[in-house]
Amino acid sequence: MTDHPTRTTALPWPRRHSTPFPQAAKIKLADTQLRRNLRKATTTIRAKRAAVVGELPDWEELREAARATKAATLRELDVHLLRLEESVTAAGGKVHWARDGAEANAMVAAIARGHGVDEVVKIKSLTTDEIDLNVALAEQGITAWETDLAELIVQLGHDESSHILVPAIHKNRSEIQQIFTDSGLDPASDSPADLAGAARRYLRERFLRAKVGVSGANFAIADTGSVVVVESEGNGRMCLTLPEVLVTVMGIEKVLPTWQDLEVFLQVLPRSSTGERMNPYTSIWTGVAAGDGPQEFHLILLDNGRTRALADEIGRQALQCIRCSACLNVCPVYERVGGHAYGSVYPGPIGAIITPLLQGMHGSESLPYASSLCGACYEVCPVKIDIPTVLVHLRDESVQSHTRPTVNDVAFRSLAWIFGDRRRYEKAQQLGKLGTPFGSVFRPWSASRGPLAVAPQSFRAWWQENHR
Amino acid sequence: MSARDDVLSRIRKAVAGAEPAEDVPRDYRASYDVGNVVDHFADMVADYKATVRRVGRVDLAAVVAEEVGGRRVGVPAGLPTEWYAGIDAVVDAPPLSIPELDQLDGAVTGARLGIAETGTIVLDGGGRSGRRAITLVPDWHLCIVEASQVVGSVPQAVMTLEPRVPITFISGPSATSDIELNRVEGVHGPRTLNVLIVDD
Repeated sequence: MTDHPTRTTALPWPRRHSTPFPQAAKIKLADTQLRRNLRKATTTIRAKRAAVVGELPDWEELREAARATKAATLRELDVHLLRLEESVTAAGGKVHWARDGAEANAMVAAIARGHGVDEVVKIKSLTTDEIDLNVALAEQGITAWETDLAELIVQLGHDESSHILVPAIHKNRSEIQQIFTDSGLDPASDSPADLAGAARRYLRERFLRAKVGVSGANFAIADTGSVVVVESEGNGRMCLTLPEVLVTVMGIEKVLPTWQDLEVFLQVLPRSSTGERMNPYTSIWTGVAAGDGPQEFHLILLDNGRTRALADEIGRQALQCIRCSACLNVCPVYERVGGHAYGSVYPGPIGAIITPLLQGMHGSESLPYASSLCGACYEVCPVKIDIPTVLVHLRDESVQSHTRPTVNDVAFRSLAWIFGDRRRYEKAQQLGKLGTPFGSVFRPWSASRGPLAVAPQSFRAWWQENHR
Repeated sequence: MSARDDVLSRIRKAVAGAEPAEDVPRDYRASYDVGNVVDHFADMVADYKATVRRVGRVDLAAVVAEEVGGRRVGVPAGLPTEWYAGIDAVVDAPPLSIPELDQLDGAVTGARLGIAETGTIVLDGGGRSGRRAITLVPDWHLCIVEASQVVGSVPQAVMTLEPRVPITFISGPSATSDIELNRVEGVHGPRTLNVLIVDD
């Protein structure tokens, strides 16, 4: 579902379209190519992750340390952010605060304009996707070059990301070759190596001439002011090293208190994400280093709904997320419908909770239902976010948010009334077909669920007859 | 109210009344006991499709010359000169411009650390590691790691590192799996990574 493939106005929220999940999912389920791509991708990454996680005898201890670190940090988030601001400033960086995406976008545009540039090079960053930075910059006449291969494919194809880690997973090689050729790149064939080679030639000149780079952040260390970006291709290193000016947009929940915390997160993130012992490149920088890399560094600390999520006692654990995407790869729902059906920059199980938590329930009511509550996401989460519990909590929120009861609400309230009393329950059993009175009226519910086959005699009636 | 004050006040309001911050249990392994960490490091680096050679210190300059072959390579000013005595290298002092780096065929550097458990080389932006651009712009990287620099685990490496300098963790050559999840080695950074481990 790409409602806005060529958006000209920035949408400073994660949600990209408001088609309810069931409708969006139905369209995607009919796309057999997409389902083949997704099955191959999720199966491959699942196996890689399981192998490298299995190598660590202390995986559960690392998960618990990661979870506790994030939970404790969120509890005193104000303290850690102030400490981060102090450390970054002392190291020669400049810290900015943004209440929302519009403020952050305006800051990036102002910094770029201040340096007289009409282009920036960008590292793949979900946070800048969330606030639609590229569109906001385009409105100011500034081109943002996506430099991650998959993001480049998505950008040149006027498409949207469908996976946190591999955003173009819904495209196969021949589709990518076509997108590249249409955009003036010169791939020799549709082999992944040739396509990657074409991207290298296309981007290299842009890297070498770039004056301003824009990144997100995986972690930032309050104690030292160090910022961390993990990546694979080297496009991140290019953007972080060659430009004169670097602007990093970071969600406020990415801060970690101490340098030592990295020893946990640099172990759990790559193994959970790409299924590698370590990703090819991790860059860590602290403010400005004389003679090495950008000599001007801006760190923008972004709220954009994070404090709203933080205020939700059950939902706040979603802010522990380190965007590894392990939960997408194990989710039976994601594996079948892909990322676009969620209509959010954040798809999959984590997207189903983080999107309504950041943005509010409006327009996202169907997302907490995009799950069978099987719990696989919780089991693989490296920071132990109890996604099923948050989903159920948000379903409740979704019901409470209805100003007028929906058909589903009435059905479940009626069932609660029946189940709440023994005599009413037995009476209903005698009627024989609990589902029937609802079946015809409540089509949305019954369309994907068959009626219960009712035994001629209920267990209760049988027990009464034979054991009394 | 400034955005800063606004965000801070929203945070304080959001967590008011929550349970106090918990202590973080650190029951995970601090060190990595694998027998010979240098052997394990060599295996793990090779697993990323980097080439690995073990050399004795006396042979180092000859092996470096052999690896470099006819390439025009840059070296950090802090790289011990006896390591590259056999070649005619371009020293990064005064610092080479980006176009000058782009004209090089490769770079020869040292490292700050090696991590055995993950097959990672850590550069620290100075001394023998060189500033970041040297190991980024040229297409070929020969990295010399001394056996004594190899530690077992990620926690051991993090504990050893000084955060205030630019740090780069390198685990194999640059790679992408963005197209149909097929791994392609060599996208932007150096497409080839060769590692020499110097045994004393």
